[in-house]
Amino acid sequence: MQILKKAILTGIWFAVLTFPIMVVKVDHIEGKMVWRWENAGYIAIGAALLSLVWRYLLERKAMRRRQEELAIREPSLWNKILRDPKLIRTGLLILLLLMLILPALSSTYHINIIATALIYVVLALGLNIAVGLSGQLVLGYAAFYAVGAYAYGLANHYLGIGFWAMLPVGGIIAALAGILLGLPVLRLRGDYLAIVTLGFGEITRLIIQNWSSLTRGPGGISGIAKPGFFNFSMADVAVSSVYIYYITLALAILTIFVVDRLKHSRVGRAWQALREDEIASEAMGVDTMRTKLSAFALSSMWAGFAGVLMATKTTFINPNSFTFMESALILSMVVLGGMGSIWGVVLGAVAIILLPEYLRAFSEYRMLIFGAIMVAMMVFRPQGLIPPQFRRYEIPDYLKKKSAGTPEGAKEGN
Amino acid sequence: MHPVLQASGLSMVFGGLRAVNSVDLCVRDGEIVALIGPNGAGKTTFFNCITGIYTPTEGQIRLCRPKTHGGGNDSGTVLNGFRPSRITKLGMARTFQNIRLFPNMTVLENVMIGMHCRTRAGILGALFRPPSVRAEEKLVIEKSYSYLEAVGLQSLYSERARNLPYGDQRRLEIARALAAEPFMLLLDEPAAGMNPQETIALQELIRTLRSQYNLTVLLIEHDMGLVMSLSDRIYVMEYGTKIAEGTPMEIGHNPRVIKAYLGEDFNA
Repeated sequence: MQILKKAILTGIWFAVLTFPIMVVKVDHIEGKMVWRWENAGYIAIGAALLSLVWRYLLERKAMRRRQEELAIREPSLWNKILRDPKLIRTGLLILLLLMLILPALSSTYHINIIATALIYVVLALGLNIAVGLSGQLVLGYAAFYAVGAYAYGLANHYLGIGFWAMLPVGGIIAALAGILLGLPVLRLRGDYLAIVTLGFGEITRLIIQNWSSLTRGPGGISGIAKPGFFNFSMADVAVSSVYIYYITLALAILTIFVVDRLKHSRVGRAWQALREDEIASEAMGVDTMRTKLSAFALSSMWAGFAGVLMATKTTFINPNSFTFMESALILSMVVLGGMGSIWGVVLGAVAIILLPEYLRAFSEYRMLIFGAIMVAMMVFRPQGLIPPQFRRYEIPDYLKKKSAGTPEGAKEGN
Repeated sequence: MHPVLQASGLSMVFGGLRAVNSVDLCVRDGEIVALIGPNGAGKTTFFNCITGIYTPTEGQIRLCRPKTHGGGNDSGTVLNGFRPSRITKLGMARTFQNIRLFPNMTVLENVMIGMHCRTRAGILGALFRPPSVRAEEKLVIEKSYSYLEAVGLQSLYSERARNLPYGDQRRLEIARALAAEPFMLLLDEPAAGMNPQETIALQELIRTLRSQYNLTVLLIEHDMGLVMSLSDRIYVMEYGTKIAEGTPMEIGHNPRVIKAYLGEDFNA
């Protein structure tokens, strides 16, 4: 009842607020005012309904939290699926097979879109190392992407170096750029770090844009070579799209594998400790400077790989591909998917790239829908689509038995 | 007995405030030493200086590995200017007054972080997982579990640290500090917020841990019962300066301490 009352009030309030723009209209030709009262009604009803849904969802969220505190809530079906390793493994296997035979099933158009999505998967997973795992908010990630893309673009344009040689080199150059950025900002935290990385991103883009003699400025570099297959070059567009699709898929799988291994390692644990509490991790013997630098370097390295791939896929790069919007887009993939969660980030990247592609019908409202989804996600599911799962370490049984035998292990002494 | 931790003439100045003023302190091998004083006396600042979180304005800190932990006869290392991680690696670990666990990591992972400075696996090791890295990882899990056993938290190893009750969080901090394999353990108000039974259990735990791991302990504490029965010696600070040192008996009868700490009219 309370909710209903508030919703009605919200509706009236919105109707009043929008009165000047929605109701009053000056008809210039006739020279008189037009009063569109019906618009106020629509606004009121619409706002009231939205408010009702919003409040209902908030209420439900609060209730869930209460239940969680009392620990009476069964894990939801979704969570049950996520926790069943067998189901996950079969699901992933089917997905992998689908991805492998996809070129046989669909057109070049779809292959290209999905390859783009996979490049963003690599980017988002790379950013996830810095933001999700190590808690270092980097807002200029597109700069490293640009470094990779331009490394290949320039090397190919001036020196004629091929894709396969530049793929690792582009990654390494981007990693060096990451360290270059990392060194001066080691002591910065949170907001300050975010601002500095934001600045770094813009500086990189402006350098590329204005250093015309080298980078050809805003015009960009065109005619970048497609990857060769041993000594054959791929001339046919369709064939080369499929080839690039497979390269991208392989890189995405490699990224997932590498990030997963890193996450569950000594280095990954140190990253997470850094995210949780920098002072405590330093006091526990984690060298936070080295840890941060390694996170920056690895994170930007994947951006470098993705950049090289992007350059070869589009065969054309210019500074406009690496604006702040690009960084924000990649960051939102990480946040939407679930910071620190590998599969969440993959899903976030795929969703953010594919949904707009396949929702072209609503293209006018794309940014509006995108914004609304982000707000709703942050309110109702701030942990992301798939929140990070906690690793359950296996404790060998002989250790457990020992502690069961003596009520307090501490009493044994030595 | 061999001095393990020695601070001489240690001062910490923040702007115009002398939070710690020329304090001398010496902790010998195997001792439990308490640092007490009213709120704002500079105890935690002193801790932060010797653990490298602050760089002291004046004075010297010297840490010396005792023979029981494989140390030699040298006069130790001067810690001034060292980063906290380096000091921890040298063998001095601490807990925090306002608990600083890694809330979104599991209890076991929290302890595993403590072992970070005693292990070596790097990025390539993480990627390729050679047998040496696997063996190290297994050892880390086993040892971390044994530290959890030492403080009695083994059954909660897969919980998230943030979900632990307050007293358990304090004990987890101790386990995490133990995992860094220190010879010198610094506890900043370990009994804060604990009820009397928990405090007594904690007292027992600190004693057991000291003998089990051959530890030297320096602790800040407000609970006088715990301080009096646990410590071998006590240092008292007020307004940044050391006003007394001695055995619990001496401190209990020191008129200046009684006045500073317990108020004018208190009769010991």
